[in-house]
Amino acid sequence: MNIITGNDLKTGDVIWWTGLDWSRFVKDATDVGDQGEAILHREEAARRVNAPYIIAAEQTDDGPRPGHIKDRVRALGPTVRPDLTLKPADPDAGEWVI
Amino acid sequence: MYQYDQYDQQMVDTRVEEFRDQVKRRLAGDLTEDQFKPLRLMNGLYLQLHAYMLRVAIPYGTLNGKQMRMLGHIARKYDRDYGHFTTRQNIQYNWIKLEEAPDLLADLASVEMHAIQTSGNCIRNISSDQFAGATADEIADPRPWAELLRQWSSFHPEFSYLPRKFKFAVIASDTDRAAMRLHDIGIQLVHNEAGELGAKFFVGGGMGRTPMIAPEIRGFVPADELISYAEACLRVYNRYGRRDNKYKARIKILVHELGKEEYTRQVEEEFAHMKELGLNPPVEELARITEFFADPAYNKQASDGLDLSDPDFALWVDQNTAAHKQSGYAIATISLKPRGGIPGDASSAQIDLMADLAEQYSFDELRVTHSQNIVLPYVKKSDLYALWQKLDEAGLAPANLDLITDSIACPGLDYCSLANARSIPLAQKISERFADLGRQRELGELKLKISGCINACGHHHAGHIGILGVDRKGTENHQLLLGGSGAEDASLAKITGPGFTEDGVIDAIETVTDLYLEQREDGERFIDTYRRVGMEKFKEAIYG
Ligand code: HEM
Ligand code: SF4
Repeated sequence: MNIITGNDLKTGDVIWWTGLDWSRFVKDATDVGDQGEAILHREEAARRVNAPYIIAAEQTDDGPRPGHIKDRVRALGPTVRPDLTLKPADPDAGEWVI
Repeated sequence: MYQYDQYDQQMVDTRVEEFRDQVKRRLAGDLTEDQFKPLRLMNGLYLQLHAYMLRVAIPYGTLNGKQMRMLGHIARKYDRDYGHFTTRQNIQYNWIKLEEAPDLLADLASVEMHAIQTSGNCIRNISSDQFAGATADEIADPRPWAELLRQWSSFHPEFSYLPRKFKFAVIASDTDRAAMRLHDIGIQLVHNEAGELGAKFFVGGGMGRTPMIAPEIRGFVPADELISYAEACLRVYNRYGRRDNKYKARIKILVHELGKEEYTRQVEEEFAHMKELGLNPPVEELARITEFFADPAYNKQASDGLDLSDPDFALWVDQNTAAHKQSGYAIATISLKPRGGIPGDASSAQIDLMADLAEQYSFDELRVTHSQNIVLPYVKKSDLYALWQKLDEAGLAPANLDLITDSIACPGLDYCSLANARSIPLAQKISERFADLGRQRELGELKLKISGCINACGHHHAGHIGILGVDRKGTENHQLLLGGSGAEDASLAKITGPGFTEDGVIDAIETVTDLYLEQREDGERFIDTYRRVGMEKFKEAIYG
């Protein structure tokens, strides 16, 4: 599947395109098929997202898993600071990244 | 310490308001990201893995308590309660909001700080010896010269669009604590035979994908011509440096391709021309700057006596303090490398505490070191015990300066968008594996430096032991390097062979340190044994 990610223009937060809006959680990301480029341009013009790009991801039971480790780190947060990730209560969340 | 005059302050304040307006226009859609990006980068604001990242300049690594406290305030108010001190004596914040960046910069400006020229192809923060002005082994305080270079290079119109970024370091002793020869221009203050002060110039050093040690191009430039000589070095680079290829654009490539002799000849020609034009800064300006760096009001009667009956304190004194030029005083290094910690990270509470301690015990001054630690440069020996107790309570008293757990690590894949592999977890695991202080001290001075990619922000080329993160078909892999040094015995490390997994590289380091213990002769540090014994033996031990 193809999903879109970028950073929130104002806050810098990592965000994922859900089909309607942007979410901070990669599990909400939607498959954009071959519509990625069009959505990118529209959303960039709408000034909510900064530097958006399309990535390949794998659909899993927990939702989309980005193909590249870099985007998995982005999806979770720094593996060395579990308290600052999106899953602060789950000390093993970093395993998903690797 | 230097204090802004009205011009310095005005320049910085004007820039903050300019940026405020630019951010407003970006958020309103009047500027696209393509238009805005160069503007935010000019103000140190990057976009990294998780958010905007701000790099704040700490000129030659020197700051006072009020400035340090402001860094803590920024961590608390605009970031997630911590900052990361870097190998270029700066601090980085990882979670900055664009909409808040102008207020943040205004707060910084209120204590004479900014993030200007911390990005882009300009002259970056001037780095220096963290012991400047305090150490027993210097011939002069290098900071007035670093400050002169700062003023000359700030907003210098001719050097705002160089072929590539440009880094200076200035030192004034034979011991190099600033990795001087791994800078684009390294300057060492020296005396000539007549006893006059001047500068030795080293040009064309650097790390990155093509590491080089800067060759000496002139043994003595009279002190009052130092700026003109630097300007001549830059002019030749600006004219002939390669703008067609980012990877060949640094001055080191130019010096290497032209050859040191030809590059020097051109610099000398330019220098002669500049001397005719009389472009040296006025002598009064240097005198004005130098006054700011006068010695603090030492107590000349302060005693050299120290009660070392507390063994933990004694270890810290032995490992983390250095000889001072003033009797009765010591230079104390606060290690930001606790067991299992993140090298260079400090919480706002720790930053505040260090600010308090500087005010109380170090004439209101602190330094940031290129190995990501903090220095209190002027501590009375009779205050060391009280200082150590307060540091210890806050987890700031690891007695590991220059030992294997005092590693340098770049942000790596946990924060950096250019990374191939994570650096910090490696530093943490090595710190755990070698946690026993007795074992660390047995190994002695051992500089471990870790980068997450070829850009070498973590100085892996200059590590006695270096680690470089590479991407191996989408998984993290780590190459091991041996034999580098960023000190006065500068050398570039060599890759041992095929890369390793995270645990694999830590095992390999243990193999290497074991071999050192087995092979070393009296008084040899790790690097000395490596140089004597050679790579082959280490390779054999690692790869069998
Ligand atoms: C996280 C964002 C960062 C980015 C995007 C970044 C980018 C780069 C790049 C592209 C280079 C190579 C320059 C070249 O070879 O021409 C480089 C070099 C370097 N960076 Fe970084 N860096 C980052 C963070 C840091 C940090 C945190 C430090 C300090 C710990 C640092 C210190 C250095 C140093 C010392 C060098 C090598 C010196 C040189 O030859 O320029 N950088 N960086
Ligand atoms: S060495 Fe590479 S991974 Fe590390 S901070 Fe520099 S650019 Fe990022």
